[in-house]
Amino acid sequence: MEEGVVNEILQGPLRDVFDSKQLITDISGSGNNWAVGHKVFGHLYQEQILEKLRKSAEHCDCLQCFFVIHSMGGGTGSGLGTFLLKVLEDEFPEVYRFVTSIYPSGEDDVITSPYNSILAMKELNEHADCVLPVDNQSLFDIISKIDLMVNSGKLGTTVKPKSLVTSSAGAFKKRQEKPFDAMNNIVANLLLNLTSSARFEGSLNMDLNEISMNLVPFPQLHYLVSSLTPLYTLADVNIPPRRLDQMFSDAFSKDHQLIQADPKHSLYLACALMVRGNVQISDLRRNIERLKPSLQFVSWNQEGWKTSLCSVPPVGHCHSLLALANNTCVKPTFMDLRERFTRLYKKKAHLHHYLQIEGMEESCFSEALSSLSALIQEYSQLDATKSMPVEDLPRLSVAV
Amino acid sequence: MSIVTVQLGQCGNQIGFEVFDALFSDSHCTQGLCSKRENEAYRSSCKERFFNEEENGVPIARAVLVDMEPKVINQTLSKAVQSSRWKYGQRSCFCQKQGSGNNWAYGYSVHGPRHEESVMNLIQKEVEKCDSLGGFFIIMSMAGGTGSGLGTFITQNLQDQYSSSLKMNHIIWPYGTGEVIVQNYNSILTLSHLYRSSDALLVHENDAVHKICAKLMNIKQISFNNINQVIAHQLGSVFQPTYSEEGSFHYRRNPLGIDWQVQPPLSRLPTLGKRSLSEQLRFNTSIANLVVLRGKDVHSADVAGFKDPALYTSWLGPDNAFNVWTTQRAFSKYEKSAALVSNSQFLVKPLDMIVSKAWNMFASKAYIHQYTKFGIEEEDFLDSFTLLEQVVASYCNL
Repeated sequence: MEEGVVNEILQGPLRDVFDSKQLITDISGSGNNWAVGHKVFGHLYQEQILEKLRKSAEHCDCLQCFFVIHSMGGGTGSGLGTFLLKVLEDEFPEVYRFVTSIYPSGEDDVITSPYNSILAMKELNEHADCVLPVDNQSLFDIISKIDLMVNSGKLGTTVKPKSLVTSSAGAFKKRQEKPFDAMNNIVANLLLNLTSSARFEGSLNMDLNEISMNLVPFPQLHYLVSSLTPLYTLADVNIPPRRLDQMFSDAFSKDHQLIQADPKHSLYLACALMVRGNVQISDLRRNIERLKPSLQFVSWNQEGWKTSLCSVPPVGHCHSLLALANNTCVKPTFMDLRERFTRLYKKKAHLHHYLQIEGMEESCFSEALSSLSALIQEYSQLDATKSMPVEDLPRLSVAV
Repeated sequence: MSIVTVQLGQCGNQIGFEVFDALFSDSHCTQGLCSKRENEAYRSSCKERFFNEEENGVPIARAVLVDMEPKVINQTLSKAVQSSRWKYGQRSCFCQKQGSGNNWAYGYSVHGPRHEESVMNLIQKEVEKCDSLGGFFIIMSMAGGTGSGLGTFITQNLQDQYSSSLKMNHIIWPYGTGEVIVQNYNSILTLSHLYRSSDALLVHENDAVHKICAKLMNIKQISFNNINQVIAHQLGSVFQPTYSEEGSFHYRRNPLGIDWQVQPPLSRLPTLGKRSLSEQLRFNTSIANLVVLRGKDVHSADVAGFKDPALYTSWLGPDNAFNVWTTQRAFSKYEKSAALVSNSQFLVKPLDMIVSKAWNMFASKAYIHQYTKFGIEEEDFLDSFTLLEQVVASYCNL
């Protein structure tokens, strides 16, 4: 809803990739206000949005999925973005809606980000098929880790150019460039790996509709924690199987997750491993067997693994792994958000900016809050089952 | 007599290719350990069963390829063309763009009716090319969405349309530790429906074949190619021509002539009390066994061990339950080879495991909304569970 970013894209190296007619901009922005994005701009641009969507959809032989990419803490991405979800659901009910949401980190400089996030969460709960939460702090930590590896010259290891998950152009970019470019590249790689099996051949393909089918056991619990490995490739040509196994181990470490979460110490409802490159089924199985004992799965899904093998690795790598987990470790992120929200809301701080927008009332806030609390409650209930022994239920008895 | 093969989904198509390749390679093998005339008879019998003749001499597989997304079929077609020894018919494929999402309900209730006419037409065309139809060989996996759901739907259609032809489904049993999270649901829905419309379910378990690759073949990094090739090899050794009882120079006419549907005489079934599963399965009891021997000294082979009455159930003795097919012509360069197809309690444990896991998941209602969305209700699940519990119990009571 302001022109700067879109203009930059249209003048940048990818300008020919984007259809210049398929964009909508305004001038003033949403002022970090969910209500402005959702109610004001939503209403204003609804027709235009629909028209452009329909146009894009017409060009598709078979439309399977929408990717919505936005942040939760601002006004446009958060407000208009979630408005869009509802439009997509009404207009294209059979098409999956995958949402990549950037959650605000602890040191976020937008004061009203808790309000925006919670209001957006309600929409995500109700209208998204699958949400991949990401937060800036985790992305930044990953970059720091890479920088450390690259600059330390540890044991004379050299990092292969083009293999950094943070840079699509290769080379070791220095700190002058915006850190956001490197961070965003990680998210871009997430989406690349997510769609790799649909774009390239493999011995065990996985389409996007299979992600929702396998990883969403109940409609409300559709938040998937993701991790990408490896972060870089060493120039060592002989990759022993140990390196491969290390990739699998890393995928479960809390340092590689794209939000602040520790899946190893929480409860798994389901887990997907999307492998690319020269990895075969025996490697996959060996690693699942190896890692399984250290992970806790919910009682009714003890073997809850979905796997896929794509033959084509990402640029600069021999193999890579994207792990998607439906795990109760998202709960702390949500609880944190709720706490920050409550701190503001108790004092009614900045509320008037929202309430002055037509269509916004205090009930919007309380409903959004209870929607989030209900979700947190679901995760808590699941956590409570963590240490319970798994019993086989009595089976149907039949007459022979 | 000819067999029409229907390859469904990624698994079905990948395996189908390996099967035809194995059959072709073997039939053109020069080290048959038999006379030239013998070899010729073998080759033309194999050809009649599985391949069609083309003008320029390249044999075309009697197969219909079905998948709901294009990548695998494209790969399969080009692999066949690249080998330049045999190929698939250009118009023998049916393809869509979006896949079945590992959802049995989607494969069965959405893709099935939507594409029924197209797929059945393709099969019809293939059938018309056969002088005499022996039956259908349907290759599918249980864990996914297309092979399992659409495969079941197509089998039901074949039952309606070609009720007097044999339908044998080749089922791939998924790895125990998960390839697909909802594989147990997909499996029980597949098995319970197929029980009503298929004549025979020939099963290969991924876990078992994996073990063969690891322990018997010592392959270090096992790929699906390895697994599929082992499966194809086993199938080839059963389906290639063998002598019929009538004479030693004519190959058996009906390649799928395995008469597995044995109805136990109801009045003679002993009534048994309930026994625990582990107790009942201490000894693997068979309903019927088929041994296929190929190669050197095949006529002097001693199969007495298979005729031991202790192996069989009380109401069907080895005279009826045991069959041997032999042929001097060696298979795939093996001087001697033997294959065993068995209808026995061997699969009870795996079946019980799947039912148990599916039941646990069903009790929590996890993922059910994905199926009810497309018309498979909780009742359908319960029907499936009931039927499979009966199957388990029937086998246990042998």
